[in-house]
Amino acid sequence: MAASETINPQRKQARERAAAHLLSRHHFHWAEALPWVIAIAAFYVFPDRMTFGNQVLVMVLFALSLDLILGYAGIVTLGHAAFFGLGAYTVGLGAARLGWTEPISGLFAAALISAFAGLITGWFLLRYRGLTLLMLTLATAIMLQEAGNLRSDFSGGYDGLPGLEFKPLFGVFGYDLYGRTNYVYALVVLAVVFYFVRRIVYSPFGQALTGIRENVRRMHAIGSPVHRRLVTVYTIAAGIAGIAGALFTQTNAYVTLTVFDFENSAKVMVMLILGGTGRLYGAFIGAVVYMVLEDHLSKLSPTFWQFGIGLLLVLAVLFARRGLLGLLEDAGKYLKKKKVQS
Amino acid sequence: MTAALEVQSFNRSFGALQVTCDVSLTLERGARRALIGPNGAGKTTLVNLITGALKPSSGRVLLNGEDITTTSQADRARRGLARTFQINQLFRGLSVLDNLCLTIGERDGNCNNLWRTAGSNPAVIDEALDHLDSLRLVDDALKLVRELPYGRQRLVEIAIALAQKPRVLLLDEPAAGVPSSESHLILDVVASLDPGIAILIIEHDMDVVFRFAKQITVMVQGSVLVEGTPGEIMNNEQVRAVYLGQESQRHA
Ligand SMILES: Nc1ncnc2c1ncn2[C@@H]1O[C@H](COP(=O)(O)OP(=O)(O)O)[C@@H](O)[C@H]1O
Ligand SMILES: [Mg+2]
Repeated sequence: MAASETINPQRKQARERAAAHLLSRHHFHWAEALPWVIAIAAFYVFPDRMTFGNQVLVMVLFALSLDLILGYAGIVTLGHAAFFGLGAYTVGLGAARLGWTEPISGLFAAALISAFAGLITGWFLLRYRGLTLLMLTLATAIMLQEAGNLRSDFSGGYDGLPGLEFKPLFGVFGYDLYGRTNYVYALVVLAVVFYFVRRIVYSPFGQALTGIRENVRRMHAIGSPVHRRLVTVYTIAAGIAGIAGALFTQTNAYVTLTVFDFENSAKVMVMLILGGTGRLYGAFIGAVVYMVLEDHLSKLSPTFWQFGIGLLLVLAVLFARRGLLGLLEDAGKYLKKKKVQS
Repeated sequence: MTAALEVQSFNRSFGALQVTCDVSLTLERGARRALIGPNGAGKTTLVNLITGALKPSSGRVLLNGEDITTTSQADRARRGLARTFQINQLFRGLSVLDNLCLTIGERDGNCNNLWRTAGSNPAVIDEALDHLDSLRLVDDALKLVRELPYGRQRLVEIAIALAQKPRVLLLDEPAAGVPSSESHLILDVVASLDPGIAILIIEHDMDVVFRFAKQITVMVQGSVLVEGTPGEIMNNEQVRAVYLGQESQRHA
């Protein structure tokens, strides 16, 4: 275009600044190392709490998958536990009924089956939005749960599939009493999946998802195949939720139909909103804060815990729309400003 | 030569209210046509029907001679049909530059890519900045859209439409909601658009209409009342009675 040739120096500078900003903003920031350092430190500091730590990691992964669709694409679902449950039962039934006890191939199988379910249900459901979509996603999870209940001879029903045994990782690292192997296993899986999610979020496809969240009418108007984009990300998120579910079964060595509970779908959404949606690390903060509080408070008083989490959610929605991570970002900006002023 | 856009006998109702009655309209290549008519005449609805945001109950629409009546909104956009909205429809939480990069990304099919890093293609950034430059928006490139004054946001609307590289552009009251001290900037931009693009502009300011348009279509209560050159429209008794009469009422 002619504009770039007849540009004045001031405008040229503005252009260069803008381009530099776009190119640099997806670079790795040192603060991103923090959650991983903490996770590794926890391994050494709380060697006897690894079973709990492992549950936290599973929920982080689950919340991360929800962040892809809720935080980035703006899809509101109350049935995300459907995919977690499918993944959990893929490896559960695989081990109990087929003797398929190799953990890593189990993860892949769970991811594939959950992703396929995401593809099929997403194709139908993602034509709808808002309340209709909420109800339809909720119904999907309930239907899967009921299907499991109808065939309780096969699925184990609400009694579940107890005492599952899985092969040692790579045939070497076996189960230990304190769950330390499992913790490392879950952390590595989380890190690998996180790398993929981070790439997706910062890809042009991820930009398009953000566009759909920000203004779907405009996306249609600029020629975006909105439905295809939504189904794609829903499929990916379902696959990741399936991996989380599979990890859950493998590391707990049991699974019951309660994984499909509405409570499970709601819990992961509360965690994500608490931590902050659409910002990757919100899943980390939300899941950790939720689970640590639950661990402490529910022992003191279960009713107080229920009340406490409700209050926390209300406070977050009223005063910290961007979640705890949003608050941290604000604090960071504030401190920076102060430093510049002084 | 086939017309850039041809609307044949569109009809559409909302419940009992017929908002579009047998509307036909043609834009030749490079056309400069204004669509005028009192509020509620059905102008925005017509734009929605043409772009596919709404479905007509009957009628056809051709883009460069191809029947696009049954294609999706996105498909029409990819074939070179762009529009701006009467009320801003922007990615408010994204920067101005991102609004443009995303548009270019969807236009070129880059957004199918899940792996490359967005913003790593200098050609896209360059093009986006060119569009912003031509609308004097470069200094705002990194600001979030929602932080801009409304008048500037209206320019982003136009910038997005231009970044689609359209062959047909439908402008729905581009200066609506902007104080007149700033609206001239928007209308200057409109006046200097690429002559190869066929443009339909909906506009209330008669000075602008008569200056910009080579043809004018007047709509009243869902129907086309009359079409003609600005001279013909100005001297048309019916138009004076129905449209301009109402105009003076509104000012009164
Ligand atoms: N989605 C809708 N549902 C019901 N009525 C509508 C809808 N959109 C527009 N209308 C009605 O159609 C008529 C024409 O509206 P519109 O096309 O916006 O007119 P204009 O753009 O000429 O001011 C108005 O009476 C309006 O109330
Ligand atoms: Mg209108």
